[in-house]
Parts: sequence; C-alpha cells; structure tokens
Amino acid sequence: MLRIPCPFCGPRDHSEFSYLGDATVTRPEAEAPLDEWFGYVYLRDNPRGRHREHWHHAQGCRQWLVVERDTLTHEILGALPAREGSPAAGPAAGKDAAE
Amino acid sequence: MLAGVAPPARTSRRMSRYSALALVRNAFSGHKDWTPAWRDPAPKQRYDVVIVGGGGHGLATAYYLAKLHGITNVAVLEKGWLGGGNTGRNTTIVRSNYLLDGNAPFYEHSLKLWEGLSADLNYNVMFSQRGVLNLAHSDSQVDAYARRGNAMRLNGIDSDLLDREGVRRFCPELAFDDARFPIYGGLLQRRGGTARHDAVAWGLARGADSLGVDLIQNCEVTGIRREGDRVVGVETSRGFIACGKLGLAVAGNTGRLGAMAGLRLPIESHVLQAFVSEGLKPLVDHVITFGAGHFYISQSDKGGLVFGGDLDGYNSYAQRGNLPVIEEVVSIGISMMPCISRTRLLRHWGGVMDMTMDGSPIIGKTPLANLYLNGGWCYGGFKATPGSGWVFAWTIANDRPHELNAKLDLDRFRAGRMVDESGHGPQPNLH
Ligand SMILES: Cc1cc2nc3c(=O)[nH]c(=O)nc-3n(C[C@H](O)[C@H](O)[C@H](O)COP(=O)(O)OP(=O)(O)OC[C@H]3O[C@@H](n4cnc5c(N)ncnc54)[C@H](O)[C@@H]3O)c2cc1C
Ligand SMILES: [Zn+2]
Repeated sequence: MLRIPCPFCGPRDHSEFSYLGDATVTRPEAEAPLDEWFGYVYLRDNPRGRHREHWHHAQGCRQWLVVERDTLTHEILGALPAREGSPAAGPAAGKDAAE
Repeated sequence: MLAGVAPPARTSRRMSRYSALALVRNAFSGHKDWTPAWRDPAPKQRYDVVIVGGGGHGLATAYYLAKLHGITNVAVLEKGWLGGGNTGRNTTIVRSNYLLDGNAPFYEHSLKLWEGLSADLNYNVMFSQRGVLNLAHSDSQVDAYARRGNAMRLNGIDSDLLDREGVRRFCPELAFDDARFPIYGGLLQRRGGTARHDAVAWGLARGADSLGVDLIQNCEVTGIRREGDRVVGVETSRGFIACGKLGLAVAGNTGRLGAMAGLRLPIESHVLQAFVSEGLKPLVDHVITFGAGHFYISQSDKGGLVFGGDLDGYNSYAQRGNLPVIEEVVSIGISMMPCISRTRLLRHWGGVMDMTMDGSPIIGKTPLANLYLNGGWCYGGFKATPGSGWVFAWTIANDRPHELNAKLDLDRFRAGRMVDESGHGPQPNLH
C-alpha cells in the first residue's frame, strides 16, 4: 500500500484516493493553437523517476492533491493541496531521477 | 561465445531441425550433442536495421525482416535476456475479438499467424485454441456482445453468442446464480486460446538467428544519436552501434526510448500484475473473463490457475504490484468461480506496460525519417506478437505502413482518429 500524506487528513492508504495522472500539464487558453491543446490532452513526459501527479482523496476530505512520487521506487516525496501545488513545473517536475 | 568470433555478416547458419527422429538420434548420445538454439555474437559496428527490445515483438520483427524481406544484416539489442520483459510475464491469452476496424483485421491477421507458427518456426509454441469466453451479466451486456460478435463476423472473425445454458454446457463451474452478477450469456471466440510465452520468444529467436540476425543480450540502449531528422545509431552499454534504420519494440519503456530520440508520446507506463495458483487437476478448460469487473483466468498445462485483472492504476516503472489489486482480483475470481476460494496463490509478479491515450497500440513511422515505433501494447500485446512483427517488418522494409497497421499510426492522436475500444477517452489508466 502507498501511504499518501494528505495535508488535511494525515497519512492515508492510497486505496482511499483516485488517480488522475500527470500534474505538470496545464490547460491552455481556449483560443490557444491546436498544437498546445494536442500536447495538453495527449502528450506526457512519462518519466522514470520523480513524477508530480494528481490524486483525489475521494474517500477522505475530497480534496485534490498534487503528490510527488518516484515512479521507479514508489517512494512518496510529498503532497500539497492542488490549488497550492500549482502544476507549473516546480523544482522536481518531470526529472528522470535514474538518469 | 567469445567476443570477436561472431560469424561474418549475412552468413546464415543451418539450424538443426527439431523432429522425432532428431530426438531419437540424440537419445543415443545421451542428449549431449544438442547445439545451442542461437549464437551469442558480439555486436558489429553497423547494421542495416537495429531493433531495440528482445521481447516477442522485437524478435518477430527481426525474423520477418530476414525471412520475408531478405533484410538479414539486423541486430536485436536487449538490455536483459531474451523474453525477460512482458513476453515472459503475461497471462498468454491470444484472441482477436475486437470491435473496431483499426484493431480487428490486425489482430485477426496475428491470430492466423499463430495458427501456423509452430510449423513455421519448427518450434512448438504450444498454441492451444481452447476458446476465449467473455461472460455477460445483464441484458444490456448481452446486447453489447451481440454487437461486437456481429462486427467480428463482418470482419471475417469467428464468434458465437452463447445463452445462459450454452455457457453452462461450456463451463459448468461458474457461479450462475450469483445474486449481484448472475450469468446471462457470453461471447465465445473458439479460435482464441493460450500459448507458451517463453517458447514464442525462443522459437522466434532461433528462427531469426538461423537467418543471420544477431541477437545481442545484456546490451542496453542508453541514447539515440541523431543528425537532423535522421537517426544514425544508438549508444549502448556495449558501445556505439550505427544503423540504417532503427525500430523500437521496448514495451513499457517506449516513453524513455522516445525521449532519447526527442519524442514526447501519448503514453504512460503502468504496472499490471499476474497470478498463478498451486497446481490443480484440470478445472478450467478455456479462457474465461468476467464481465462485471476485470478478471480473466485459464489453467496452465502444469495445472496452475493463471489469472489477472486491473492495472495498479498509477504511473510506474517498478516491475512489482501492490496489495489492493491482489485483493480485488482474488475477490472477483471467487465471485465468478466460488470453487477456487480455498486455492492457494503460488506466485504473483508485475510487468511495466505502455498505456496509450486510446488503449490501442502504435505501430508505424515517427517524425524522424528512419525511426519506427512499435509500442503502446497496453494489456494485450502478447496475442499481437507475430502480427506485430509481421506488420512492423513490412513497415520498416517499405518505409510506409501496411494496410493492417495504417490505422494504428502515431499521427492518429493529433488527427483525432482514436481507436478507442472501451470508449474511455484520453485517460490511460482506465483502458
Ligand atoms: C501481467 C501481464 C499480463 C499480460 N497478459 C496478456 C495476455 O493475456 N494477452 C496478451 O495478449 N497480452 C498480455 N499482456 C501484454 C503483453 O505481455 C505485452 O504487450 C507483450 O508481451 C509485449 O511484447 P514486447 O516484445 O513488445 O515487450 P517485452 O517482452 O517487454 O520486450 C521489450 C524488451 O525491451 C527491452 N528493453 C527495454 N528498454 C531497453 C533498452 N533501453 N535497451 C535495450 N532493451 C530494452 C526489455 O528488457 C524487454 O525485454 C500482459 C502484460 C502483463 C504485464
Ligand atoms: Zn484528505
């Protein structure tokens, strides 16, 4: 079981959460060129290593979180409320820890 | 074999054929004279085609390149051992019961290749057409299966819609009167079944090697060298290897290899688990899938029940899974077949798979002129093994997709031509 440190509820089993995916992609403006929309909807860095991702604490506080996790070791490095952990690439976003 | 003693290019080795006679002959010498099934050559400096990934798909690609297109100056580079990736980790189900046009003809072509594969390779891949049955648990699900079965027939693929009694005759051991998920019927593809996963890799490896292909193990690709929009070769743990064309067939690592070539892809890597029970007497004669949750089961020749279910659900490059999925898979299995509730689990493991944004694979060209991509196999690439190698070899040899993989191109995402069997949209962990 992964234990996600929910900022509101404390460490909880990941089975209480639902997973959305990569939190580093940002929704473009409605008028943005099609290419940007294509990248947002379909393309992912898919790193082997540190990954910032959206989890929803569906069976807890029902808040959206940005969790930073290593996709190779499954180690969880931190969690923030999604509204604070703004997806705009933070220091660790999208890095390939194993490289 | 020592470095430097690899046979010169284009030498095809005569392989000793396996037969009953050969078995008898070798019995007289105490089975000491069998030769290795393939060489262990040192990499050459340059190949016409380099394939990255020594799983079933990479090996099948090399085999068909040499056999059908006369391209024999080919290397398959594998970071571990042949067939040690998902080819050796899957639940071996082979079928072509797809709804959509992009998928159905391709998987049916693959199934037809399976039907002749053992004879073609002179290697028993133990393809067993025991039938694949999808269970329905409601009227609407029966309707959906009728639609899929009809679509299959329109594509020339066998399908039978069974009613409840038909299912009971087929496999009486199921929970027909479960209060929540009673069985209403099922969609049966009799030509579907299972195969021996290792044998497929080994048979294709032996076939490719005998046609002159170099199979290079313990050789990890760590970089892709480009000049403009062309690939000139690969950096590997065994040095730089130049190539005329480069094909990627690395299953769950497509995102990483793509990044080495500067491509961002519509793929997430996820872990899928599989399970084997202790050996039992014959119980499950077919492949059976549950219709109200994700669960599929068959029985191996050794007697173990082989089964699996859903992804763990989060991006992962770890070849191991987590406990909640084990619990869920086992509880679905027991609700479908209560008689297995006291069976002990012997082993379980995980494999890393590319999950694409529409749940279908990607086989074809890329924005780089001589780079070809074979990936995004999601749950279902084992059944595709010979078909995938066949169309990928064709695509590499002719520098354009074959009709059978034309709809499975990388461009479909930008163009909005999804091949989305489940209708989940661009959410990889739901496919
Ligand atoms: C648990 C599980 C159950 C499954 N069940 C089924 C099923 O019942 N039916 C079905 O049809 N499909 C199933 N699949 C899917 C199927 O196993 C795969 O789609 C298929 O085996 C992929 O074959 P492949 O040759 O592309 O990949 P693999 O066999 O994984 O081969 C890719 C190879 O590339 C190598 N590689 C990766 N990176 C590098 C690098 N940098 N340099 C060199 N080599 C590299 C890897 O070591 C690996 O050997 C299942 C998958 C899993 C994980
Ligand atoms: Zn919470």
